[in-house]
Amino acid sequence: MPWQIDMIVLFFVILCAVAAITVKDLLSTAILFGAYSFMMCLLWAVMGAVDVAFTEASVGAGVSTVFFVAAVFRTSRRTKD
Amino acid sequence: MGMTDIIPLIVAKYNYWLFVVLMMIGLYAMIAKNNLIKKLVGMNIFQTAIILFYVSIGYKSGATLPIIQNVHEGHGHAAIHAADYINPLPHVLMLTAIVVSVATFGVAMALAVKIYQRYHTLEEDELRMRLSEK
Amino acid sequence: MKFFGFVVVCLVGGLLLYGTADFPDWGDPDSPASTHLSDIYIEHAFEQTQVPNIVTAILADYRGFDTMFETAVIFCAGLACFLLLRDFKERKERFYRHVPTGVILHVKNSKKALRVGRDFEHIDKDWIPSDLIIKTVCRILIPFIQIYALYVVAHGDFSPGGGFQGGVIFGSSLILLAISYDLKILVRRIKEKVLGICAAAGVLVYVGIAAICMPMGKSFLDYSALEMFVFDPHHVRALGMLGVEIGVGIAVAAVMAIIYINIVSEGRHDEGL
Repeated sequence: MPWQIDMIVLFFVILCAVAAITVKDLLSTAILFGAYSFMMCLLWAVMGAVDVAFTEASVGAGVSTVFFVAAVFRTSRRTKD
Repeated sequence: MGMTDIIPLIVAKYNYWLFVVLMMIGLYAMIAKNNLIKKLVGMNIFQTAIILFYVSIGYKSGATLPIIQNVHEGHGHAAIHAADYINPLPHVLMLTAIVVSVATFGVAMALAVKIYQRYHTLEEDELRMRLSEK
Repeated sequence: MKFFGFVVVCLVGGLLLYGTADFPDWGDPDSPASTHLSDIYIEHAFEQTQVPNIVTAILADYRGFDTMFETAVIFCAGLACFLLLRDFKERKERFYRHVPTGVILHVKNSKKALRVGRDFEHIDKDWIPSDLIIKTVCRILIPFIQIYALYVVAHGDFSPGGGFQGGVIFGSSLILLAISYDLKILVRRIKEKVLGICAAAGVLVYVGIAAICMPMGKSFLDYSALEMFVFDPHHVRALGMLGVEIGVGIAVAAVMAIIYINIVSEGRHDEGL
């Protein structure tokens, strides 16, 4: 794998991680966290870990985002930091 | 050390450095964030950073996916070379770790919902205040 | 607290960055992780198990114990969500909608439930008119997602996939049904009891297949003992793995649905997203 692609994806992963923990709205955090998981899945796919990437795509970007949105729906979107 | 020495070093190690950065982001969110759900996001970032580290340990340059090819063409499988395939062992360990992490994430969310039902807040300082009132 | 946390994080990160200097280069084929055990797996997995996907072969056969207890952990997570949130008390307030006129009735403190039929329908507190496009698209998509999930489980021996992924995809198709229609429709179609039984049955299938090997004279989880049950003794290990993967898939799908239903309805199973 060309290391440039890897580096670009890693940059976006870190961007999504920082954004997910700094946004002041938990629903945005949920979406950014889904994006983070999807970037992670891309990274694993280019590393050749196809099974792990598949799991992350279905689990991280799919179901755990849904759990997150469900929990935010039952609690509050507000956050102080 | 000249410029020509630094670039191969960066290419060989930058992956690990960025995992460490990712792990620091997760750890910082777990320690310093006030909202419980933000802490959980930090925990998940921490987890994925470690999983990423494991998976990247198994990567071999010049190797292909850990699925044996051409198995239907007679007895070609007699000549399987380990160097041709990426190390599958970290993949197995991390695959189950991801599924368990989503299950524990679900339990954590259930706890957060329960806390919100009782105290009507998810902020750590407000929770401490409520608890000390009693 | 923030500053203190930052200092701790920087210390840990600095130590780890210092530690990376001793790591093998990224992608180095001769790194210690890739030279001892994994070579044996890669070279012998196919001839020993007849499964081309080495990850599945290790997951379900060489490290079968590990996966069995991972499945048990997932079952426990479903159980924990159920025990934490499930609330069997009837909700006092109810909302009904008169279908021909669109009038919404709010019933408080009534022991008597209104009969829901052609004229009245049961609705949630924050009800919005359902969208025809979303309903139709999801109704078309859900069967395909479920078939795909079955394919992922069944084809896990030859391609990326397996019980965990297929189970999660199947569970998310159930969640999609709940999101696009109504939580009640999902709960009515697949009863809570059925979900619970499926979650336990999945783990039981895994443990059962593993335990059957013992009376046949081999050790626990040694699928070669199952030769007399299968038509194709040459692929007995692959078929044993398929069996345990099906068990994993059932358990994971049921647990994902249980966790979602309990979180989104706060354990009441009546209204949600």
